[in-house]
Amino acid sequence: MSTQTAPSAPPEAAPGAEPAPAPGAPTARRAARKTAARPRRSGSMASRAVVNAVLLVAVLYTLMPLTWLLIAATKNHADLFGTGGFAFGDFRFFDNLRAVFTFGDGIFGRWLLNSLLYSVVGSLASSLISVAAGYCFDKYEFRGKGALFGLVLTGTLVPTVIITLPQYLLASEVGIVNTYWSVLVPALVNPFGVYLARVFSEGYVPGEVLEAARIDGASELRVFRSISLPMLLPGFMTLFLFSFTGSWNNFFGPLVMLNDQHLYPAVLGIYNWNQFVLERPEFYSLVITGSLVAVVPLALAFVGLQRFWRSGLSAGALK
Amino acid sequence: MAAPLTRSARGAAPARRPGQGRAVLVFLGPFFLLFTAVLILPVAYALWMSFFTEQSSGLGFGGTERVFSGLGNYTKALGDHGFTSSFLHVAAYCAVYIPVMIGVALALALFVDSAAAKAKRFVQFAVFMPHAVPGLIAAIVWTYLYTPGLSPVLDWIEGAGGHWDFFAPGSVVPSLVNVAAWQWIGYNMIIFFAALQAVPREVLEAGVMDGAGELRIALRIKLPMIRSAVFLTLLFTCVGVVQIFGEPMLLSKRAGSMGSDWSPMMFIYKAAFERHDYGLASSASLIVALVAGTLSYAVTRIGKRGDSA
Repeated sequence: MSTQTAPSAPPEAAPGAEPAPAPGAPTARRAARKTAARPRRSGSMASRAVVNAVLLVAVLYTLMPLTWLLIAATKNHADLFGTGGFAFGDFRFFDNLRAVFTFGDGIFGRWLLNSLLYSVVGSLASSLISVAAGYCFDKYEFRGKGALFGLVLTGTLVPTVIITLPQYLLASEVGIVNTYWSVLVPALVNPFGVYLARVFSEGYVPGEVLEAARIDGASELRVFRSISLPMLLPGFMTLFLFSFTGSWNNFFGPLVMLNDQHLYPAVLGIYNWNQFVLERPEFYSLVITGSLVAVVPLALAFVGLQRFWRSGLSAGALK
Repeated sequence: MAAPLTRSARGAAPARRPGQGRAVLVFLGPFFLLFTAVLILPVAYALWMSFFTEQSSGLGFGGTERVFSGLGNYTKALGDHGFTSSFLHVAAYCAVYIPVMIGVALALALFVDSAAAKAKRFVQFAVFMPHAVPGLIAAIVWTYLYTPGLSPVLDWIEGAGGHWDFFAPGSVVPSLVNVAAWQWIGYNMIIFFAALQAVPREVLEAGVMDGAGELRIALRIKLPMIRSAVFLTLLFTCVGVVQIFGEPMLLSKRAGSMGSDWSPMMFIYKAAFERHDYGLASSASLIVALVAGTLSYAVTRIGKRGDSA
């Protein structure tokens, strides 16, 4: 659904940021610099080489482990240890894939579905809650607004991982430990999301439009649903992507909250498999191929929703 | 005419109207309901738990009972060698990680922003890629790349005639820093780059006119202008570093010297789920949260002072 709504979203209008690389500006800047730097031509050649060499090293460093993972996933156990890290052995990728999805009655498929449930359902709900709250902080005046927003800002400073143990203690008191809820509910609260949503609302939703709708007799909820929410869609997608990543990566929460393997998300399941590799090295292939599979949805989300994380990053960085 | 327009354009709602109170309740209600359930209540509960300790009654047949112990858990945590040294480990880790990560991310952002850089979009994409890998999986992949027999990196080092043990006591910190740096350099580089794009072009041109070279412009003009982005990154890095858990947990399985309570979070996890001492775990959690909060607050204060100066 998200990809369908994306093209209709209004053009990037993140306040103060210029997410789209304005094509005219850099070239003009470059031209200005070229003329200014002419007297030291040789020095600039050297610095040009240094700059690009450093960037090349950075790219090799970041891509090396991913390339290794990709190649390692094609090898059987013997070749994994017998051949060089970047050399191919027998091509066993599909055997490995089958092994991952059939091991333990196909529990890995279940883990992926759990991850999807935690990430998609949790992030949709959490983004909607954050957008509504941020919009409310931006567009309404009410008593105690400053104090409440201060509370939200304080909430952003509370480390999520450390709060997990208190959450566990309370959840076990209430009796929801080891259920889907114990992982889903904590993911719904995102104070930084509320802060970002307020920034987005300031940037995307002009007050005049709301006034016009009110004069036409629309109720506040109607105004939010039919006018503000569509305008806030890019912000919503940004929050959704951040929250999706957070949930997909979440490992400590499920580790603490869940005992039942059937409720595990993929990352926790892979961690569990990884516990066995020292005693049973055949688990290496399962972990490596499983990891590759678990990376794919997130990589796709990032590539597909590029513009949203960009505008989100800059909005967060510049305010 | 102009005054109310700018007022509403800024987002401040004009006079109260019927239905507005209800709307505020509907918009804010869900968030604050959950905020209370997920954040405030657990913190309060942990605070309460931290003042009690479990004592087994009699010979241990009658189960345990909760006894008020005042600040006993706090003194116990602060007196625990494992807990105090976990902070030293993380401090040593910070001392390496923060300058390396922020320094490299800044340098890369300035390099990509400079006129000399080629294939800027590809570089940004490639450097950001690791961030699309879940942190725990990144840690697993890197532990494999540290493992003799499996690792091409060790093959290269030995091929060059060198020797390195990624799991040796002295190399644990750099091994951990590498995993985190790999994950976060690209992410923060994009933040810095976005901030650099917003630096007004006239300011840079003025620098060129005054005869400043590219390096001088980068250090004297660009860097100060993206200071708020750098401080924000510093803030989130601090909050993140205090919580480090999965990476050292994985590495400690290979590097025996690390022990099972290398980081504060590992200590808390062990206290809760191995020692079943919830009072100790609660007080330790609150201490760590307090440290993280103080650190973040300090960073924002320093950042603010820098802005007003």
